[in-house]
Amino acid sequence: MPPLTRWAVRASLFYVLVGFTLGALLLAHKGVGVHPMVWRLLPLHREVLMLGWMAQMGIGVAYWVFPRIARRRGREAFAWLALLLLNGGVWLAGLAPALGLPGWVLVMGRGGEVGAVLAFAVHIAPRVRLPPPETLLPPSTG
Amino acid sequence: MPPLARWFVRSSLVYLGVSLGLWAVQGAAAVWALPAGMVALAPAALHLFFVGWATQMIMGVAFWMFPRERQRPFGSLPLAWATFGLLNLGLLMRLVGEPLHTLYPQGGWGWMLGASGVLQWLAGVGFVVNTWGRIRGR
Repeated sequence: MPPLTRWAVRASLFYVLVGFTLGALLLAHKGVGVHPMVWRLLPLHREVLMLGWMAQMGIGVAYWVFPRIARRRGREAFAWLALLLLNGGVWLAGLAPALGLPGWVLVMGRGGEVGAVLAFAVHIAPRVRLPPPETLLPPSTG
Repeated sequence: MPPLARWFVRSSLVYLGVSLGLWAVQGAAAVWALPAGMVALAPAALHLFFVGWATQMIMGVAFWMFPRERQRPFGSLPLAWATFGLLNLGLLMRLVGEPLHTLYPQGGWGWMLGASGVLQWLAGVGFVVNTWGRIRGR
């Protein structure tokens, strides 16, 4: 695994822990009542799991396994930028409603998330292609 | 693909079918009167999709594809199987408990939601513990 993948996957594992913890708290509150303020954690639960866990795991693994260009992974800076923007965006967009922060914080968070998608698209687009012929398996003779 | 990865992936496909089926039935509520229990399934259906399908697919593929250790290629197998069992038990408990609790709030079904949350949380911890050591270079 390249360094970026290790960072992304470790971060996504951290987010799944945070997200499942929040989810367990929300579910327990729904069932037996914990504290009315718990509902304010719902947006953070969503951001952390959908983007921090799932999207980040997808980015990390795609960066690792997609075909390379002349044995290199291409514009790596854009992939790092994507991780930076995604993680910043998750926390801003997730914490803004939970902490009652001004609306522009939420907008900045969403902007970061969109920026992350665009940056990763710039990185990965040239790698969405057939792998080099020497890496393909020979046709089956069976 | 190791056996546990196949279980993860097959289960995730079942959850995908069930969650989409539930959404389709709930969509019919716009046309026909459905039993209240079907409508009360909406949050559980959402989680069958995101946890049962997406998360479980990620877990299965990670278990299969991540770099393997020499001594224990897949980490702790009992822990990995426990992750699978806890996640699915927690999800099914929610699928049953949430509509019951919504329909009969005084019926004493709320504990099922709390227990479901704990089981899924334990599954998440188990997955992280078992996967962390496999995140490495060559």
